[in-house]
Amino acid sequence: MRQTIGRWLVPAIGGLAFLFLLVPIAYVFAFSFNDAGRTNLSWRGFTLENWQNPCGAPAVCQALGNSLQIGATATILATILGTAIAIGLVRYRFKFNATANMLIFLPLATPEVVLGASLLAQFLNIGADLGLGTIIIAHTMFCISFVVVTVKARVASLDPKLEEAAADLYASPMQSFWRVTFPLLLPGIVAAALLAFAMSFDDFIITNFNSGNVDTFPKFIYVAATRGIPAQANVIGSAMFIIALLIVIGGQVLSNRRAKMLAAR
Amino acid sequence: MSLLTRNRGAADPPGTDGQRGKGHLRGKRALRSKTDLRSADEIRADRRRGRMGYWLILPGFAFMLLFFVLPVFSLLATSLYTKPPGADVGQFVPALQFSNYTAVLGAYWPELFRSFGFALVATIAALLIGYPMAYLVAVRLRGRKLLQGILLVLIIAPFFTSFILRTQAWKQILADEGPVVAVLRTLALLPEDGRLTATAFAVVCGLTYNFLPFMTLPIYANLERLDTRLIEAGNDLYASPFQTFRTVTLPLSMPGVMAGTLLTFIPASGDYINAALLGNNQDTTMIGQVIDSRFFRVVDYPGASALSFVLMLAILALVFLYVRRFGTKELL
Repeated sequence: MRQTIGRWLVPAIGGLAFLFLLVPIAYVFAFSFNDAGRTNLSWRGFTLENWQNPCGAPAVCQALGNSLQIGATATILATILGTAIAIGLVRYRFKFNATANMLIFLPLATPEVVLGASLLAQFLNIGADLGLGTIIIAHTMFCISFVVVTVKARVASLDPKLEEAAADLYASPMQSFWRVTFPLLLPGIVAAALLAFAMSFDDFIITNFNSGNVDTFPKFIYVAATRGIPAQANVIGSAMFIIALLIVIGGQVLSNRRAKMLAAR
Repeated sequence: MSLLTRNRGAADPPGTDGQRGKGHLRGKRALRSKTDLRSADEIRADRRRGRMGYWLILPGFAFMLLFFVLPVFSLLATSLYTKPPGADVGQFVPALQFSNYTAVLGAYWPELFRSFGFALVATIAALLIGYPMAYLVAVRLRGRKLLQGILLVLIIAPFFTSFILRTQAWKQILADEGPVVAVLRTLALLPEDGRLTATAFAVVCGLTYNFLPFMTLPIYANLERLDTRLIEAGNDLYASPFQTFRTVTLPLSMPGVMAGTLLTFIPASGDYINAALLGNNQDTTMIGQVIDSRFFRVVDYPGASALSFVLMLAILALVFLYVRRFGTKELL
């Protein structure tokens, strides 16, 4: 009897945990089809109208546009700066290696409120105007650490002999980087960029401190939450979910295929 | 076998390894031994590569210095500013007003302690939920690759949609007319006029939910490498499943538990979305809300900065103590 309980306990708790994780997502999905009117709090009937007209609440699309622009810019900046740091830290020796690693780790171990507040203190002290520019700076800052951590793992698993072989074959450092190192690092860089974009797109706290009166998608929802969130926000949230899911599944399928191809060789 | 999957060094001709030495093992640039026979050109090329290292890390670190390190000092400086008599709203002058700290701590120590309390309960709840989840996927379902892959995607699925939308969904689920309240009232677990929204329970529930993947993933990553033969050995030696878990599995998975608890506790103690959306205005206010309103509603920059600085120091101190007490070498 005790054996049976033990046997089923883990799957039972695990199953409930998955339910706990997924129910709110199901709610977000379901309420994107709600015939809501102004406040999307209780179920009023099924409609496809929100999906057909995602910009029906104009402020949502304005905020979404800002978020996409900020996410894209911050992702590009953080991916370039972070990838360079990751390669530098793994492949070269520095006197201040420990300090450098600490500097990358600390933003990850600092709560967002503190990151946001200290940047705001800085911007207030130098008298910078808060807006798109300051949001992009803030997002790039916290995304760099994520990029470094992700790409570093990939660089560390890369055989340095491949680059040395390229050098032996008279490739210039530039050539060996672009033709050997970069293609091999690419999956890691893409993963880091996707992570950075997701972090930027979903960030509220740091953004709230440094955005002035510019609305991003999360900020719009947060402010709207007191009055009632338009169903269009749920449509955009659900669409993001589907896109992210497709990217992850696509990435898995691609890497599986690659692994099979390499194994078959 | 391809070049990519080949074990490093397996195909080395004898002799090259001695030349490479320890640096190679650490994945650092090798070929620095004095005995290697390289042409002057090669050595020069190597030195250039050495300098290139600095060029690679310089732009990123300059950015981090400007927008992470300097702002922390800026925060510290601002926390000591003072308001000159007769100044406009938001006008402060540099000073060493240490009384800012005693003032905000005197006024907001309950919120500070509450934040750590909520974060602690949420971390423990996330551990109790996340560990069985990770164990189920990593150990019980080992070998069933497809199912493992699907469940892993489900664990990170919350990241695919907006944090605030999901928290708002919790507000609807726990609402007075929602399903959870109805069930609890029917079961008489909640009094007829009892409610779940705008309570500490709802805030902790939201925190647990939102940071659960941060707990589950590191534990999963750790348990995935667990050698299941150790569990079998425990069973063979007449240990009960619980004994095996307590003396074999759990100690081996401590690095994952450490990482998970830190990744949950730190963001949870600074979070204020859950408290703002799921709490009330009296007994669930967290420190993040106070910092936000001190900055933007009260326009008390020094006070807000002092609170932020205290929060940062308190978390660093707690993390340090925790790692000292329970930490393993693998983490550091």
